[in-house]
Amino acid sequence: MLKVAYLHAGTDEVEILKGVNLYVREGEIHVIFGPNGSGKSTLFHVIIGSRKYTIKKGRIFFKGEDVTELGINERSRLGIGIAFQKPPTVKGLRLIDLVRLLLSKYKRVSEDEVLKFSEMLGVEHLLEREVNRGFSGGELKKGELIQLFAQDPDLIMLDEPDSGVDMESVEVIGRAIEIMLRRKDGRSAIIVTHTGEILDHLNADVAHMMIDGRIVCMGEPDEILDSIRRWGYSGCLERCMRGETLGNKGGDKKG
Amino acid sequence: MGIKEEIRKAKIGMEFDERVRSGSFLQVDQNVEFSESFSNSVEVLEINEALKRYDWLKKYMWRVIPKEKDDYTRIASEEFNGYFVRSFKGEKVEFPVETCLYMNSPEEVQKVHNIVIAEESSELHLVTGCTLSKRAKFGLHIGITEFFVKKGAKLSYTMIHSWRDDTRVMPRSGILVEKGGTYVSNYLNTSPVKELQTYPTAYLDDNAKASFNSIVFGYRSSIIDIGSRAYLRGEKSKVEMISKSIASGGEIIARGQIIGEGKGSKGHLECNGLMLKDGIIRTIPELEARRLDVELSHEAAIGKVAEEEIEYLMSRGLSEEESISTIVGGFLSFDIKGVPDYLKREINKAIEVGQMRLL
Repeated sequence: MLKVAYLHAGTDEVEILKGVNLYVREGEIHVIFGPNGSGKSTLFHVIIGSRKYTIKKGRIFFKGEDVTELGINERSRLGIGIAFQKPPTVKGLRLIDLVRLLLSKYKRVSEDEVLKFSEMLGVEHLLEREVNRGFSGGELKKGELIQLFAQDPDLIMLDEPDSGVDMESVEVIGRAIEIMLRRKDGRSAIIVTHTGEILDHLNADVAHMMIDGRIVCMGEPDEILDSIRRWGYSGCLERCMRGETLGNKGGDKKG
Repeated sequence: MGIKEEIRKAKIGMEFDERVRSGSFLQVDQNVEFSESFSNSVEVLEINEALKRYDWLKKYMWRVIPKEKDDYTRIASEEFNGYFVRSFKGEKVEFPVETCLYMNSPEEVQKVHNIVIAEESSELHLVTGCTLSKRAKFGLHIGITEFFVKKGAKLSYTMIHSWRDDTRVMPRSGILVEKGGTYVSNYLNTSPVKELQTYPTAYLDDNAKASFNSIVFGYRSSIIDIGSRAYLRGEKSKVEMISKSIASGGEIIARGQIIGEGKGSKGHLECNGLMLKDGIIRTIPELEARRLDVELSHEAAIGKVAEEEIEYLMSRGLSEEESISTIVGGFLSFDIKGVPDYLKREINKAIEVGQMRLL
């Protein structure tokens, strides 16, 4: 589905991504952990094609096509969808009007289905509101999911869907992601998470740890999360580098 | 093409269709072509005819605008035509009354004096469209309009203008809102203009309300100086002013002045500017409280279309042009209160037409 090869990217002044490799197969859910400033959000922005960043080296392939030179909207039309961590407010534009625009563009989902999805998220009232204007933390995340649902992409990238959100909302967000993925066979997702809370409600296949612009470690999501919780990012990285088994079982054996 | 057809094509809210209008008035240069009412709730007359018919009308002339205000009012006081529209006491006029001022001759100076009265507890919606034909060159439009909103009455006044870069436009308006009355003004000019200058002043009695909404686009070499002023004289009188300006060139000055005199009076002033290309936007808000319990507030913001918002919409699959147009559309949208839904739709259509020209 997605292949990111040896990606170096950043702003004009700073290189943020220092050789990222990422391979997401059809039907897989990947999780990316990492401390603040490690480049997780930048990776998403570069994959979607944000003009804030320039690619210095490396390529991005989506469904076998090289999309490195494509514009943002071309990538999204191919089926890449993103839920931003901190989406901007678009004043005067009601969420429902944006949704209708997306429905008419993609023609995959009906307005009725969007309404049901919004009800499931418990935020159907947001549709009448201006996009992201005065939304709470949880409402921002849910508003993003509603837009993604209307867009119906094959690859869903979610940037911190569980941060600044109460526990009940994390559960319902997890369910919403599953609903979106199940709409079509072979859909994939990449989830950036800080806390890993979303993993209580979603079964991920592969986890990565990103530190200082590189993906330094790959493994079972539960094990990596457990390792980070026990030893912190640096401790987890050390063990990963030494090739030790991560997670509970590994830790118990050594202890 | 007939004049009516030319005017309809200008998309300034003129329908000339009695199924959707309660009255219709058309003045071409200085001549009134027709002046008709299609409803028993409202009268629509040529002003000079009305002055002959009603002796009492004289005391309404120059009551809320001083005759000696400036050169333009002086010019308009010498010779004029215009309309007289009055909704009768307690009557709710179902469809809007439309009035059209059209300039058709070269080097025309159109002088207009209008009187609008919403009698006690009546409700009236007025749409005025002003434009000019290809034949008109270097036009000057001076429009004096005096509004009287009697006790408990509601009057909305929607002005849709479509000018050209050789036209100078000088509307002068005064509004008197009696106890419990409501006045709503919507002003729209989305076309190029050489010079546009207007500063309607409203005087509000106890519990009276007024709102002024305006949308103007500035093009290369346009000078637009637009604002509104309200004297909150009565107890608990209230005013809201919202202006939206888009600069693609030229200069826009967005003014607003609220003077709070009445006990517990409230006013809010909002100036929003969007810098699309070149040009200048200047906002000059003035708040003046003359009592302890007056509440006045003001917000102003000027900025360009944010790159972050463009990218946000593009990440949903919209092209760059679509994204900008969607953001501009959002900037221009506002909740027009006190106007029937179908009139809102007409206003939104006129905004869309302007937006297409702009982008």
